[in-house]
Amino acid sequence: MIYEGKRKIWSDYQKEIPDDHYFYVRSCIRQSFFPASERTFLDIVKNKLQKDFFETEHHTTCGGIAYHSDAIPQETVMTIIARQFALMHKYGYENYVCSCITSFGLYTETLETWREFPELEAKIKQILWDTCKLEFSKPAYLAHASDIIYKYRNLIAARAKYKLIDKTTGRPLRVVEHIGCHYSKMFPSKGVGGAEYPYVLTGMIEAWGGEVIDYPERRHCCGFGFRQYLVRSNRGYSLSNTHKKFESMEPYKPDMIITNCPGCPYFLDRWQYVISEMEGKTYGENGHGIPVFTYEEVAGLVMGYDPWDLGLQTHQVGVEPLLDKIGIPYDPETKYKGPGNKDLGQPERPSCLK
Amino acid sequence: MADFGYSLTPSSRIDLNKADRETFGKLVKLEPDVLKCMACGSCTASCTAGVYTRTSIRSAILYLQNGREKEALEFIKGCMLCGKCTIVCPRAINTRQLVLSICKIYNLK
Repeated sequence: MIYEGKRKIWSDYQKEIPDDHYFYVRSCIRQSFFPASERTFLDIVKNKLQKDFFETEHHTTCGGIAYHSDAIPQETVMTIIARQFALMHKYGYENYVCSCITSFGLYTETLETWREFPELEAKIKQILWDTCKLEFSKPAYLAHASDIIYKYRNLIAARAKYKLIDKTTGRPLRVVEHIGCHYSKMFPSKGVGGAEYPYVLTGMIEAWGGEVIDYPERRHCCGFGFRQYLVRSNRGYSLSNTHKKFESMEPYKPDMIITNCPGCPYFLDRWQYVISEMEGKTYGENGHGIPVFTYEEVAGLVMGYDPWDLGLQTHQVGVEPLLDKIGIPYDPETKYKGPGNKDLGQPERPSCLK
Repeated sequence: MADFGYSLTPSSRIDLNKADRETFGKLVKLEPDVLKCMACGSCTASCTAGVYTRTSIRSAILYLQNGREKEALEFIKGCMLCGKCTIVCPRAINTRQLVLSICKIYNLK
């Protein structure tokens, strides 16, 4: 092996991440799928780590779902994105960080398209001026929120109350990391570690005491695929993708799954219910599923947040066996209580999945 | 079981760790040329039997390499040993002889 050559190739996939001063934009779907993840992210970076992260209520969806479903053209999406950049410029920020992988892929795609076709950028500038009387400037730096948590992983580890370790045996938890396709598969140099060896979640797991599982279908898509899921008759494709991943990871007996995308944790979580109802099969221990988390939820857990404040009661697969394994205390009585002790109601129990 | 309006397609993943590669190893010893096949499909395109049956040497070799003997043998049981495939093979594999060897190794009559 020629190490010099390897080092040169690897250097293309190192990502310098600024330490502070970010303009933060939320995801449209994460807020309904995993409602506390973004709030936890902002609480960790702003209140615990004292960093400067600014968000405004005036930003909108990036339009990614409609774009990838062929409902709107690329120029419409570019104008929406240009408006977000105009807001960032207005509030005096240069570093742009988004919560969603679809958005991150789309922002990267837009910036790369403008670099290749400057006349298109000029056209979008004109459209934005005509429609909103706004002017934008491109961000000096574009990050995904998981890059930020990756950057601060050791700071979080230093403040951690719990580690990703089985408290009774002392064994590091076996963790499956799943990276959203649009993080680095489209533009490998924009993600930490590139497309083949993305290190963004692995770095967090290692810093927080877990052990990463390397299984055959590790880089396989979760199956969301936009049209594959959005059109009901196509949903079998989406389900089969997830099923393939679970069949592949099952022999390695994972304790948990961590993802950095809006769609992946949703599908890896909910399809376990559908597979159990269709096939009668579950992938966790003793009839349970494998709990699926966003990276913010895991960061919150290791830092000692209350599991129900992290919104873990909204998951399909119960998280209690994992909390017991790590030794994180929780109150079963308050699982379905909202702010002010308001009763949230209880979901219907699955017939097979515990 | 519940009906959601869509269904699960079984995975087409081939697990070579579980496949029986021993018998294919015996075939390679007897007919080393089988490894020369680049799956161009000339044999299948020129096959007289292939017009009326599922005969395809290209597919049979591929399935044997993946340890799926049962499916592979389905692709050669219609072979009439005419030898046209041997004439067209760009890798000069004696496919007629190969079919006979497959039948011998895998006990196909």
